[in-house]
Amino acid sequence: MRRPLALLLLVVLCVLAAGCGGSEDGGSAGGTTAAASCEKADLNLVSDGQLTVGTDNPAYPPWFGGDEKAPWKISDPRSGKGFESAVAYAVAEKLGFMKGEVKWIRVPFNTSFAPGPKKFDFDINQISFKPVRAKAVDFSDSYYDVNQALVVVNGTPVANAKSIAALKPYKFGAQLGTTSYDFINDNIKPSKQPAVFDSNDAAVQALKNKQIDGLVVDLPTAFFVTAAQVENSKILGQFPSLTQEHFGMVFTKGNSLVSCVNNALAELKADGTLQDIQDQWLSKAAGAPVLK
Amino acid sequence: MSGGEGRRGVAIALASTVVFFTVLAIAITHAPGWPEVRRTFFDWGQFKDSMPEIADAFLLNVKMFCIAEGFILVFALVLAVIRSLPGPVFFPMRVLGIAYADFFRGVPTILVIALLGFGAPALQLEGVPLSTTFWGIVSLVLVYTAYVSEVYRAGIESVHPSQDAAARSLGLTHLQSLRKVVLPQAVRRVIPPLLNDFIGLQKDTALVGFLGAIEAFKASQIDAAATFNYTPFLCAAVLFVALTIPLARFTDWLVARDRRRRQAAGVR
Repeated sequence: MRRPLALLLLVVLCVLAAGCGGSEDGGSAGGTTAAASCEKADLNLVSDGQLTVGTDNPAYPPWFGGDEKAPWKISDPRSGKGFESAVAYAVAEKLGFMKGEVKWIRVPFNTSFAPGPKKFDFDINQISFKPVRAKAVDFSDSYYDVNQALVVVNGTPVANAKSIAALKPYKFGAQLGTTSYDFINDNIKPSKQPAVFDSNDAAVQALKNKQIDGLVVDLPTAFFVTAAQVENSKILGQFPSLTQEHFGMVFTKGNSLVSCVNNALAELKADGTLQDIQDQWLSKAAGAPVLK
Repeated sequence: MSGGEGRRGVAIALASTVVFFTVLAIAITHAPGWPEVRRTFFDWGQFKDSMPEIADAFLLNVKMFCIAEGFILVFALVLAVIRSLPGPVFFPMRVLGIAYADFFRGVPTILVIALLGFGAPALQLEGVPLSTTFWGIVSLVLVYTAYVSEVYRAGIESVHPSQDAAARSLGLTHLQSLRKVVLPQAVRRVIPPLLNDFIGLQKDTALVGFLGAIEAFKASQIDAAATFNYTPFLCAAVLFVALTIPLARFTDWLVARDRRRRQAAGVR
């Protein structure tokens, strides 16, 4: 009885050893190296003949505009209005897609960097480039250089602060996944731990409830918050950026489409279209005082 | 069963287990997406980087469930006793008890947290605390009191009615009978489900992150979004499991000890 059993165990151990040794041969999945051609027919797309663009729902101004239309809330990315919508359509046009050939899908922020094949060609959702993030996905070049700003409610003690040092004793909030949270910890270094919210709406509610003294968001969003979401609020100021932060579109790692989109962005910058779009939708962004 | 057959049974069980897990390991590690999944979910460098902050945030979860559990055990017992009060004069209290239990078991916990955590401070009344930890604990207490009261009720009803009848016939009032005869037996019987609910409570403290408090799950979400890597979630999971296993073994030990005592009591 013992010998067949010992043999069985030996076989099993060999199989186990083979299994442990075999984990490296999966190789890299997905598209590889640069595509030579950026012709519309040669592009690496999720769905041929169509550019699938992802963003989150609700779609907030000034990044998106137009009237709310199901299934999108607050604004409609399909309208072409709003900074990111305009940029997406401008890039699509350079790639050879007409407005009707662009399809928008809802991609919650947390799923935009999930492993595995993506359902979109690129995701445009105020996502800041960070080197550590670039290990998981590919980013396009910058389509907007961003500064952080602080929104406060008028009449509260924090509204009188005139410098970054004066902000230390207060409690701040930021939205999850934004570099705003890093900014609070690295640059303001407040004495109270900041709060982080899953959504813009929760953060705004906390500001109204005085559960946080100030909300740190990127400057264009700050204009929307003060104009439309929180009554009697103001932008205390914008912060000088130590390492210039920029937004990039998110692609599947290794997707050859990135280089084509970068070419398109370079053309848009060269002929001034990108600056025109920025002036049209983000023109007020220059107006807030800089806090030091 | 002879010794030989017993050894053979153990050996077959061992071999079968090894084969099963080997086959599973091979199937997973040879899947085409495995390298990416491994880098995204099981990145050791990221695990080490995120663990200190998440462990620190985990202290908030521990604080919340320890405080909440104290209140839950007491309030739920009160609620269970109220629902067991006999006689028509206590009818309104029983109805209120039933309505409370039904409502708070029906509404999802996250909604209670959102409604109280954002709604109560929004009233801007004097003296209403703004703290998210406070409202998180209050919401968890409200919801879990409803669940745990049902557990106590089950325990009370599992004690044979002859116990209560005997106590009453000795002249004890309903409440005295409860306190001295029924509850000591009932509570001992429901220790495993009580600890089960406690373990559930530990996980539900993660929902308080919705209000902005940085607890373990929210901390892992922050790290995950910052690095586009999901390994921080694994850090949080490891911490929760590390807490649950000793508790579960402790429950088993308590129940075994209680059984030994009850069975030994017959031998004097």
